[in-house]
Amino acid sequence: MDLEEQGTIQRLVESGERDRMIVLLGTPNAASTRMIALTLTQGDPSYAGPLAGVPLGLPVYHILEDDVKAAISPDVYEQEIGPLEFVLDKPAIADALGASRGR
Amino acid sequence: MVEFKDRLVLALGERDGVPAPALAKCIESAGGRVIYAATQCFA
Repeated sequence: MDLEEQGTIQRLVESGERDRMIVLLGTPNAASTRMIALTLTQGDPSYAGPLAGVPLGLPVYHILEDDVKAAISPDVYEQEIGPLEFVLDKPAIADALGASRGR
Repeated sequence: MVEFKDRLVLALGERDGVPAPALAKCIESAGGRVIYAATQCFA
């Protein structure tokens, strides 16, 4: 997540209604999932961006999670996500999110 | 099940994964409102 994007998200969250906000990721692997999840929950782990030391605490989910898929129209999910569900490393992504939630 | 209805959602896609417009369509189908959407691209 680049520095400009961190700043944009920080302003959005601080503008209000934070309790209604959640994050949905479409990241392709465990490493990118972990990095963004950490940045948006506990703060930028690289300490390079505006979110360094800023724990936004946003709930973070991934589009491949079963609990997310269950909330989405099956037709839309099939059309928009389709085979990516089987191409991307779903177990590793789920593990990365689980680890970030457990911290 | 994750509840999207009446939630404000930040859709963070990635070119090598699922892009933000696809995430946004899924969110809207579940009753959520997308307030930020971006697709990262790592060249």
